Amino acid sequence: MDKLKVGVIQFPGSNCDHDAVHAWGEISGQDVKLIWHKESDLGDVDLVFLPGGFSYGDYLRCGAIAKYSPVMKEVIRFAGKGGMVIGVCNGFQILLEAGLLPGVMLPNDSLKFICKTVNLKVTTTNSRFTSDYQTGQVIQIPVAHGEGNYFAGDDTIKSLQDHDQIVFQYCEPDGSLTDQSNINGSRLNIAGIVSKSGNVMGMMPHPERAVESVLGSNNGLGVFKSVISYISEKV
Amino acid sequence: MFKATIKIVLRPSILDVQGKAVLHAVHDLGYAGADQIRIGKHVEVILNVADKAEAHRQTDEICKKLLANTVMEDYTFTLEQI
Repeated sequence: MDKLKVGVIQFPGSNCDHDAVHAWGEISGQDVKLIWHKESDLGDVDLVFLPGGFSYGDYLRCGAIAKYSPVMKEVIRFAGKGGMVIGVCNGFQILLEAGLLPGVMLPNDSLKFICKTVNLKVTTTNSRFTSDYQTGQVIQIPVAHGEGNYFAGDDTIKSLQDHDQIVFQYCEPDGSLTDQSNINGSRLNIAGIVSKSGNVMGMMPHPERAVESVLGSNNGLGVFKSVISYISEKV
Repeated sequence: MFKATIKIVLRPSILDVQGKAVLHAVHDLGYAGADQIRIGKHVEVILNVADKAEAHRQTDEICKKLLANTVMEDYTFTLEQI
């Protein structure tokens, strides 16, 4: 099987870009390259990864300025043609601002920056990004964000549910969805969603920080394995 | 030239956690009568265009495309010839 070609976008202020390169390259064994935000060509990538960080200093709103960077025009075009895109943390915020995923991020309801490992329920395995997990499986993945309080109107929330687009939810160790486990106040404990077309995923927790036991968890590997098996089966 | 003075606020349906935290502090200062605080953004844009209708059109576009996220925010603006 040919290796996947993964492009990790680097914005000024990205700080999880090299973690992503490590997870896709050394850990997952794929071809990975960094793509600077001023580039207007993605090359022949199979997947675009928008990493976490504080792109453009989080000025105005998280992700708002990144949306208009030259490379994002190409990412939007790539996704529009069915290309696969993952946004983690700030990358998720950028996908929301760019309109590739529905909804917005509000400041955490506690107003605190939350940096810890959380329990996540794999809500559906019927996606290209979660097929390696079991439905209802509880996994441990770290979060690190100040604005991860997912909000969308009732119609959007219903549409996400109707189309099985919610992939990860904050939960208790036993998988139950409680207010207590909803670390940032997100609607329906939402931690990650996919687009209706299924090719774009955003999640606040960092799977790339949970890919080897020395990091405390390798539960994030499932995301990488799911994508790799989807793309290699398609070829 | 025109100066656009833009006000961006969270929609009434969105909980303003920052406003809520500041309200607590205002209560701690002894202003028990303070009932609600909403925090927004104030933006000034100087537009080098001659026509007011054009300045209005451009300001509205800038707000819609970038300055406000209309899923959660409302914006209003005034224009002043300078």
